[in-house]
Amino acid sequence: MGLAKRIIPCLDVAAGRVVKGVNFVNLRDAGDPVEVARRYDGQGADELAFLDIRASVETRGLLYDMIEAVADQVFIPLTVGGGVNTIDDIRALLNAGADKVSINTAGVMHPELFGQAAGRYGAQCIVAAIDAKQSAPESWEVYTHGGRNATGIDAVDWAREVVARGAGEILLTSMDRDGARTGFDLALTRAVVDAVDVPVIASGGVGSLGDLVAGIREGGADAVLAASIFHYGEFTVGQAKAAMAAAGIEIRS
Amino acid sequence: MIAVIDYGTGNLRSVAKALQHVAPDQSIVVTADPAVIRQAERIVLPGQSAMPDCMRCLADSGLQQVVRDALVERPFLGICLGLQILFEESDEGPTRGLGLLPGRVVRFPEYGMVGASGERLKVPHMGWNRVRQVRRHPLWDGIADETRFYFAHSYYPDPLDSELIAGAADYPSPFTCAVARANIFATQFHPEKSHHAGLKLLANFVTWDGSA
Repeated sequence: MGLAKRIIPCLDVAAGRVVKGVNFVNLRDAGDPVEVARRYDGQGADELAFLDIRASVETRGLLYDMIEAVADQVFIPLTVGGGVNTIDDIRALLNAGADKVSINTAGVMHPELFGQAAGRYGAQCIVAAIDAKQSAPESWEVYTHGGRNATGIDAVDWAREVVARGAGEILLTSMDRDGARTGFDLALTRAVVDAVDVPVIASGGVGSLGDLVAGIREGGADAVLAASIFHYGEFTVGQAKAAMAAAGIEIRS
Repeated sequence: MIAVIDYGTGNLRSVAKALQHVAPDQSIVVTADPAVIRQAERIVLPGQSAMPDCMRCLADSGLQQVVRDALVERPFLGICLGLQILFEESDEGPTRGLGLLPGRVVRFPEYGMVGASGERLKVPHMGWNRVRQVRRHPLWDGIADETRFYFAHSYYPDPLDSELIAGAADYPSPFTCAVARANIFATQFHPEKSHHAGLKLLANFVTWDGSA
């Protein structure tokens, strides 16, 4: 009996709305962020993730307002990411009510950002978001800019490096699986989980409750993130937890 | 009036909003003003980042003596780093804490922690863990023993005096996650992020008379 595995509904946000795409494109509206967040809070979500998928100067203010509105009403941890470039971005998000901030593209361009951020705010609130795409058997490449740019960097090596630099958690998304509903890339998840000593959140591909169980059991993830199975009312977080508990996984009931 | 002390370590909004949620009629003030802190009926000391950083912020803000004074008599709630800096020393750096409570702050081992089913335990200890109420306390009222609270930390307090321990959790060995002495209660976990149980603890705090 100890730490529970976490279920994290993910809200991809564009222009102040929750959206969901397939393989990072073809976006479909899924509602108002505050209402969606409140619904998942009521269903027993362990944490919420907000990813600003069209991060730009113009929409940044909307995100702050939204995080504040959610943080005023929802008393579980919030992880926020998308377009986080500087220490000032991190401070602004934390002050708006984020508990953790995820760094993706800017961390690849300027890896020292992880160390600076962790030094300033503690490793426990710095999440390294890694978008990875399979490039060969048992090999995955890191992509940046919302999945548009290949980097030539090996995802498992990169996971080790960001942790060495100070990231306290990894949010690992399989681009091949994102929105495909065919399950997590378990080999990728397992490879990263085994490579690092910080918690790993598996993301990308959940289409059934069994996929969540597999992410923990076979992938070895500490937390599982999903969006579309929850957004359109197919399953509740409570049903997901019941499935995990039935599989013998320790959850927060 | 409840003062949430702002000594420059960020994200005080969550704590203030959670307090406001459980005490809608009370004035919750996030403040660095010594005069306001001195007038407050209750004091909350949050904190994140690293202990040396927190102590530096406290020194730079000129609030160290104000905080020391605030630790006497009035109901006081420390959260996360706001708990750790009550102790004397930390593994995290050479900076001394406030030294109000005897003991030091130590780190989970970097490698080699294994859970009940043989899985590797990761650090930071992040997520929802069961909290054992080691002894009765008004802040536990209405909260079932072994209820889960939200944690996000790599360091935890190791009090010299076991009388201080009010709550413990396992990761995988037992560690102290809540301490209490007279008017002071402090948690390593985050009540402001611990949903119903956390809000209940905060609700207990805003009506607590400061006796144990």
